[in-house]
Amino acid sequence: MAEAIRIYPPKPDRVYLFGTCLVDSFSPQTGLDAIALLKYLGIEAAFPHAQTCCGQPAYNSGYDREARAVARSQMDLFPEPWPIVILSGSCGGMMRKHYPALFDQASEVVAFTERVFEFTEFLRHVVQPTLTDQGDPTRVTLHTSCAGRRELGIHEHGLALLGQLQQVHLVPHDYQEECCGFGGTFSVKHANISAAMAEDKTRNLLGAGVDEFVSTDWGCMLNLNTTLEYAQQPLRGRHLISFLAERIGVSEADRQPGATQVLAEAAG
Amino acid sequence: MKQQPEAFHPNSTAALADPVLRSNFRGAMDFLRSKRRTAFAVDDAEGGDFDALSRRGEAIKQRCLQQLPALLEQLEQNCTRNGIQVHWAETPAQANQIIESLIRARSGKHAVKGKSMVTEEIGLNDYLDDRGVRCIESDMGEFIVQLAGETPSHIIMPAIHKDAGQIASLFEKTLEDTPYTEDVDRLIGIGRQQLRERFQHADVGITGVNFAVAETGTLCLVENEGNGRMCTTIPPLHIAVTGIEKVVAQLSDVPPLLSLLTRSATGQKITTYFNMISSPRKPGEQDGPEEVHLVLLDNGRSQAFADEELRKTLQCIRCGACMNHCPVYTRIGGHAYGTTYPGPIGKIVSPHLLGLDATKDLPTASSLCGACEEVCPVRIPIPKLLQRLRVESSHAGTAEEKVKGAGSGRKPLEALVWRIWSWACRHPAIYHRGASLAAHGRKLFKFLPSRWKTQRTMPQPAKITLHTALKNRQRRSASPCPQEKIY
Repeated sequence: MAEAIRIYPPKPDRVYLFGTCLVDSFSPQTGLDAIALLKYLGIEAAFPHAQTCCGQPAYNSGYDREARAVARSQMDLFPEPWPIVILSGSCGGMMRKHYPALFDQASEVVAFTERVFEFTEFLRHVVQPTLTDQGDPTRVTLHTSCAGRRELGIHEHGLALLGQLQQVHLVPHDYQEECCGFGGTFSVKHANISAAMAEDKTRNLLGAGVDEFVSTDWGCMLNLNTTLEYAQQPLRGRHLISFLAERIGVSEADRQPGATQVLAEAAG
Repeated sequence: MKQQPEAFHPNSTAALADPVLRSNFRGAMDFLRSKRRTAFAVDDAEGGDFDALSRRGEAIKQRCLQQLPALLEQLEQNCTRNGIQVHWAETPAQANQIIESLIRARSGKHAVKGKSMVTEEIGLNDYLDDRGVRCIESDMGEFIVQLAGETPSHIIMPAIHKDAGQIASLFEKTLEDTPYTEDVDRLIGIGRQQLRERFQHADVGITGVNFAVAETGTLCLVENEGNGRMCTTIPPLHIAVTGIEKVVAQLSDVPPLLSLLTRSATGQKITTYFNMISSPRKPGEQDGPEEVHLVLLDNGRSQAFADEELRKTLQCIRCGACMNHCPVYTRIGGHAYGTTYPGPIGKIVSPHLLGLDATKDLPTASSLCGACEEVCPVRIPIPKLLQRLRVESSHAGTAEEKVKGAGSGRKPLEALVWRIWSWACRHPAIYHRGASLAAHGRKLFKFLPSRWKTQRTMPQPAKITLHTALKNRQRRSASPCPQEKIY
C-alpha cells in the first residue's frame, strides 16, 4: 500500500545512489543517466562500489535468512546521513518496506529506511525541478510496476514528471494497473502464467499506439522487452530516468561511460 | 469433490491453452471489477469511503478473532437457548458424519442445498450421494456446475467460467424436454422450474453461514435468488454448516461487514435477501423448519488461529474480490487451483486445510503484485502471508514451522543456489567478478536452458556492468581508485 504522508528533506548537495543488480548487469546506461541527471540538477552522487543486490530475490522466494544477510551487508555501505536514491520501485519497496520486517523493526533499520527514496519520488518531492522539454513531439506510455504502484505509490511521481514535458503526449494503456507478470522467481517457476501476463501486457502497450514506453523497474522491462523481441515487435521500453535525461537536454557527454566528472572522494 | 492442488502446473498449463476459458474469465473479471469500482465510488455517499469502511471491517474481524474461543462458546450457548442444536467437527469426515446422522434420524432422502463453500470443502455432495441421499444444489450457478459434474470455479459465482452457449448445451443435454436457447432469462426460467419441484419434495435443507452472531445466537445468510430462504424454511430439517471463523461478537458487527461483502463481491449495496435465522419453528408459527442444527467446522483453521500473523487469513469474509482482481486467477480460472477456495485467498487458506505438502505450488504462483491486498475489504495482507508460506515451505529455519507440511517445498539445489547467491552478494569482489564474466559471455545467455524462454527471448546482459563503467571512469581520472567515488 502506498504511504499516506511522508515528510521530505530539503534538496541536498549529495546523495548515495543504489543502482540495483538489474541496472548493473542489464542497463548500466540507466545508472549513468541517473548520475548525469543528478549532476545537471546540482547534486553529486556517491556510488558505493561494494553494492550488489538489495536481497529481494531471496526474500520473495522464502529464503529470508539469506536475504537478511544480504540486506545487512548493503545497509553498512551507506554510513553518511545522505539520502539513498534507488533506481527501482521494487528494490525501493524492499528497502523501505521489507527491511524493517526482516530486522523486527529495529530502530536503526527504520532510520535507514527513512533515508531511502525511489528516484522519481526523490526528483518530484525533494529536488522539485522545473523540467523544460527539449525534444520533438512524442507519444509515451508509462508501465507502472506493481511494487512501485502499490508499495510505494511512485507511479504518480513518474506521471507528474512526464506531465511537465510539453512535447510529450502521455497515453494511458488498457489494464494499466495490471501486473506484467514478472514477479522475480515467479517468472521462472510459473513461466507459462507469467508469459501469458506479459503477452497481454505487451498487447496493451502496443495497442496504445505509442512511440515508446517507459518504466521505473528493470525487472518489468526485461520481461516486457524480451516478450516484444520474441514477438518481433519493434517497440522497446527504457527507464524513465534515461527518457527524462534525454528530454531535458542533459549533456550527451555526461551520459557516456567515459565521462570524467569525478569530483571528490567520499568521506569515510 | 476431489481436490487436486498437486496438479497445479498441468492444470494451469491446460487452462492457459483454452482460448474460450481465457476470454470468458477476462470478460467476467472486467465486469466484476467495474461493478465493485462503482459500489465504492467516491461520489457515492453511502459507500464511497472504502478505506474507512475496510479499516472498520478489519478491526471488527480482528477483535472477534482475538476472542474466538470465547465467542464460539457464547454462540453455542445462545444457539442452544434458541433451540438451534450445535455440533463441533474437527475434520471434514466428522462434519459429514454429523450431517449424515442428522439426516438419517429423520429418514431423509432428498436434500436441497444453498450455496455454501464449506460444504464443498468437506465434499458433502459426494459423501451423501454415496450413502443414498441426493443433495441438489439450489443456487443457479451451483446447479449448473453440479449438472456439468464440476466444482465451482469461483466462490461467489460458481459457473462464471461458462458462457450462455455452454449452459444452453448443458441444459439441452442433461434436462429432459429442454430446447437449446442462449436467452439468459429463459435459461434461468428453465433452471428455476427444475428447482421449484426439488424444494417441494426436499426433507432436508443445507446451507452455509455468512455471519454467526454470538450475542444472540443468530445465523445470517446472504443471497440473491431466494433459494437460501427456501432451503431454510420449506424442509422440516435445516442444517447450517460453517467454518469457526465466521462468528462475530454482536449484531452491530454485521452491517459494516455485510456492506463490505456485497459491494466487494457483486457491487451490490445489499443483496436481495438477507436471512437471520434465530430458531426453529415455534409453536403456533406457520412455517420454518422443525429442527435447526449448526455444524461448526475447524479443518485446519485453529492451526491458522494459533499464529498471530497467519491468523489474519481467518479475517476473510469470502467476497471473492481478490480473485476478481488477480492477474493469475484471471488467466487460469478457478479449477486450475484444484482447491475449494481458488485465487489469492485460496493460496493462503488451502495450506491450512490441506497441508503445505499438497499445496506447495500455490504460494509460489503469485507475482506478489498486491492487487488482492489493495481490494481486500478486510485488509488481509495476502502478499505478506504468501511470502510467509514460502518461508514455511522452504524451511529456511527462521520461521516457526507451524503449518502442516512445512519444509515440503524445500529443494536442496534451490537452497544451495540461494546460499551461494547470498554469499556472493556479501562479497562484492566475487559478485562483480561474476557479473563481469556474465557480461563477457552475454552472447551465450540465449543458449541457457530456462522455462523463461517459452514465449520470451533470453535477456542478455550489457557489454559492461555499471560497476565496471564507473570503475573505468575513475581510472581515466587522476585520482587513485577508492572504494567509493562521488560523481
